Amino acid sequence: MSKILIRGAKVLGGEPQDVLIDGAVIEAVGSGLSDEGAEVVEAGGKVLLPGLVDLHTHLREPGREDSETVLTGTRAAASGGYTAVFAMANTFPVADTAGVVEQVWRLGREHGYCDVQPIGAVTVGLEGKKLAELGAMHESAAGVTVFSDDGKCVDDAVIMRRALEYVKAFGGVVAQHAQEPRLTEGAQMNEGIVSAELGLGGWPAVAEESIIARDVLLAEHVGSRVHICHLSTAGSVEIVRWAKSRGIDVTAEVTPHHLLLTDELVRTYNPVYKVNPPLRTERDVLALREALADGTIDIVATDHAPHPHEDKDCEWAAAAMGMVGLETALSVVQETMVDTGLLDWAGVADRMSFKPAKIGQARDHGRPVSAGEPANLTLVDTAYRGSVDPAGFASRSRNTPYEGRELPGRVTHTWLRGKATLVDGKLT
Amino acid sequence: MQRHLISAADLTRDDAVLILDTAEEMARVADRPIKKLPTLRGRTVVNLFFEDSTRTRISFEAAEKRLSADVINFSAKGSSVSKGESLKDTAQTLEAMGVDAVVIRHGASGAPYRLATSGWIDAAVINAGDGTHQHPTQALLDAFTARRRLVGRDAGLGQDLSGRRITIVGDVLHSRVARSNVDLLHTLGAEVTLVAPPTLVPVGVETWPCDVSYDLDSTLAKSDAVMMLRVQRERMNAAFFPTEREYSRRYGLDGDRMARMPEHAIVMHPGPMVRGMEITAEVADSDRCTVVEQVANGVSIRMAVLYLLLGGNEPAVAHPSPTTTLASRRFAPTPAFRTTEEK
Ligand SMILES: [Zn+2]
Repeated sequence: MSKILIRGAKVLGGEPQDVLIDGAVIEAVGSGLSDEGAEVVEAGGKVLLPGLVDLHTHLREPGREDSETVLTGTRAAASGGYTAVFAMANTFPVADTAGVVEQVWRLGREHGYCDVQPIGAVTVGLEGKKLAELGAMHESAAGVTVFSDDGKCVDDAVIMRRALEYVKAFGGVVAQHAQEPRLTEGAQMNEGIVSAELGLGGWPAVAEESIIARDVLLAEHVGSRVHICHLSTAGSVEIVRWAKSRGIDVTAEVTPHHLLLTDELVRTYNPVYKVNPPLRTERDVLALREALADGTIDIVATDHAPHPHEDKDCEWAAAAMGMVGLETALSVVQETMVDTGLLDWAGVADRMSFKPAKIGQARDHGRPVSAGEPANLTLVDTAYRGSVDPAGFASRSRNTPYEGRELPGRVTHTWLRGKATLVDGKLT
Repeated sequence: MQRHLISAADLTRDDAVLILDTAEEMARVADRPIKKLPTLRGRTVVNLFFEDSTRTRISFEAAEKRLSADVINFSAKGSSVSKGESLKDTAQTLEAMGVDAVVIRHGASGAPYRLATSGWIDAAVINAGDGTHQHPTQALLDAFTARRRLVGRDAGLGQDLSGRRITIVGDVLHSRVARSNVDLLHTLGAEVTLVAPPTLVPVGVETWPCDVSYDLDSTLAKSDAVMMLRVQRERMNAAFFPTEREYSRRYGLDGDRMARMPEHAIVMHPGPMVRGMEITAEVADSDRCTVVEQVANGVSIRMAVLYLLLGGNEPAVAHPSPTTTLASRRFAPTPAFRTTEEK
């Protein structure tokens, strides 16, 4: 069994300590730990976090291997400090059967960069008409517990109600992409001052908020829990806050890009800013940060959505929606939440590891950094500042909105069950 | 140096007045037996139309030919444009052919801006209408028409539209003409009022430099010009209004309403008109309706724009120019108007 001694790491941002890994497990945490027989990593005051967990990743395999594969996506995840990602079901074929989810799960295991937990589709073919075999996906080797038609909204209230009820039998959760389809026909960007000027079809906040309002009430009525994907508006925050105050079992995520970017960027007509839900206003951004800080929003999830160059190198209306995010998420969270004083590193560990693992029931992930726990760890150089260079991405796609933008923080090491997947910023 | 015309919002008051004055000079050319100027001899202009618009294309083509440019018409409609790639591919093809200017009409808002700023092409880009975004030469020709009628052909030279009250009626939501006109008319000092049913006014209109009214009748008496926008009948199928009849009754311009406008006030329309919908035949065919003039003025305006963007340093016409700075003037750079690779 190989031993690794991480020396002088600020565990969750606290006082520097040593962390000794033995095999797949953390053996000890303390000061002045012996380095006998251990490979030493000098942390030099870097911050040590539990391996990050992303509840919302698009790995694109099977079907769109030109934009990402399980291999390239999990390498990108390891680069960004992640040890587990939940892979969305909108692949080709759709992950709506035990066969597809097992395939994705197995690919993740084989490559070994990051655990891949497939998310199962709620409805057959993401069509919103007929429940997929949720039980069979749960019982498969992949052990699916999170179900989502992400990319599409489960807009039929009866189907949503049934799904919320049905997954209770095995403790599953439905993750809703909240987008009322009729209100967003032809939608190209946030509906407001900028869309009015640019003449781009509007995606109104109410199309998200009305679905969230409906779904928290449905969850209350049938006594289920519900998870809201990529919450993007100040109004959505108010609804989730109200639902939580009422005791409704709702959790919510926010993406890094919705914490930083606004619809003003669309004035460039550069499709790199085209994403669904769309970039909103400054007021929304500030409300989302506040909500993540006070716990109304539980977690950060990337909605990592790789697209090939040609799908973004065109006019706005023809471009695909989505941005890659795994390799920049922690930096954006540091910029928007830590460096602004809204969240400390323990808070970041909570929002990017503990809570997402809990919502998705990834039992070996999101654990405390203490003796006896699985050695899923991430070491972050928080003093670093540098501009984002997509050429260095491990992802197969480069559709980042941060190209050339200076951001703080850099993940230097990632360990998955004691095995280094990233060393000094380089994938193993 | 400024090389593109993407949005009416990019024009300063002086830019716009210069274009209108130059267009008056161009209009004089149209009155001569030989309507051609040698200004753009040896320059190539492509009319790149991804959307059908014979009227606009012909107007640009006439302007280009009167300036002696070599003209290529490229209609991309019906080809595989849905993928979007073809805008870039087409641009690069044109670049390889060494064109000097691209007049682009595209169904997607922002396509001309992308063309001008993505490094795909080096030519000057002139927006001939993009999605529901902008149609700057339409706004310019409308302003030109209004200035001629309300200020005067010669008296208007060097003048803007300060204090003129212009009412724009119809489907503002889907209209690039409305957006361009609000921007330009405001820049020229006019007071603009938009009139439409609330369903056809965009959310976010509150920051536009204009007033908004839902009541046509209350605006007629205080309008120097009423500009009617085309309203597509299909809009009623998406519940923007109940029926054609109700739309006409509330927002259509008929003889009774025209009679309530001030005596000097004009009726404008960018065409094509939907008679019986937004405008009755009686109004469309009256002396106060400038729709035919607008078409003629469109050629002068487009000549002026092409000349100012491409014309180099020769005077536009042989006789002494009323705007002596014309030859050396360029549009002032503004952020949205700047290209990535300026030369
Ligand atoms: Zn989604």
